[in-house]
Amino acid sequence: MGKSAKAKSRQQMQYKDYQQLAKQKQLKIPVFRNVVVAFVIGGLICVFGQLLMTLFMRLGFAQEQAGNPTVAALILIAALLTGLGVWDVFGQFAGAGAGVPVTGFANSIVSSALEFKREGLILGIGGHMFSLAGPVIVYGAVTAFVVGLIHAVLR
Amino acid sequence: MIFLKAFLVGGIICAIGQLLIDLTPLTPAHVLTVLVVCGGVLSGIGLYEPLVKWSGAGASVPITSFGHQLVQGSLRELETNGIVGVLGGIFDLTSSGITAAIIFGFFTALIFNPKG
Repeated sequence: MGKSAKAKSRQQMQYKDYQQLAKQKQLKIPVFRNVVVAFVIGGLICVFGQLLMTLFMRLGFAQEQAGNPTVAALILIAALLTGLGVWDVFGQFAGAGAGVPVTGFANSIVSSALEFKREGLILGIGGHMFSLAGPVIVYGAVTAFVVGLIHAVLR
Repeated sequence: MIFLKAFLVGGIICAIGQLLIDLTPLTPAHVLTVLVVCGGVLSGIGLYEPLVKWSGAGASVPITSFGHQLVQGSLRELETNGIVGVLGGIFDLTSSGITAAIIFGFFTALIFNPKG
């Protein structure tokens, strides 16, 4: 009786030790570093976008229309860099700084398409292209619809 | 000046995204979805458009702008064609972005092969 209780308490001790050890060894996410990098890189991508936008306005686009070719150009650049394998490295370094601008949207499309390329042109590339970007479009459209309804009712 | 504003606003939106990834159980795909919905809601209550006016690409390059444009497309059609127009208007402003993503995405996937 006493023996088994002792064994039990020892087991508990070991379990506690293990938990402490696991906590110590757990990888700490460098939140501060990540946020600073995301801020700087994300900010720089937007500055680059602003540069493109200014350029397109010089080429005769109205201010409101200049956003479209800007976004398209950023998507093209991010798609190509993803295809070349450069974006993966950059994205791992920059985190949300690379992922939150529209470049991340393009990257998710190309990387899912490439990942499933071996399943064929139709079901592989065509079917999986939007497996990560799809939710963004779905929930964006649903939000737009609901906001439209609310505005219609409140009018 | 507009470049500094773009840097600040774009940087802050990305930093918020990073905080959501690091401090919540959400994956990056979840965070992008949350940001799009947030952009849409802010747009619906009239706060996103001033941000775009103030910071240019700082507000129009992050994915939140996608939600904003979807909502603006919906609201513009609501004004001209009423509630029936909402369905037709949602993708009015984002069509070039989505089309660019599909076209460039498709051809890139066609040309390149997965690395590693």
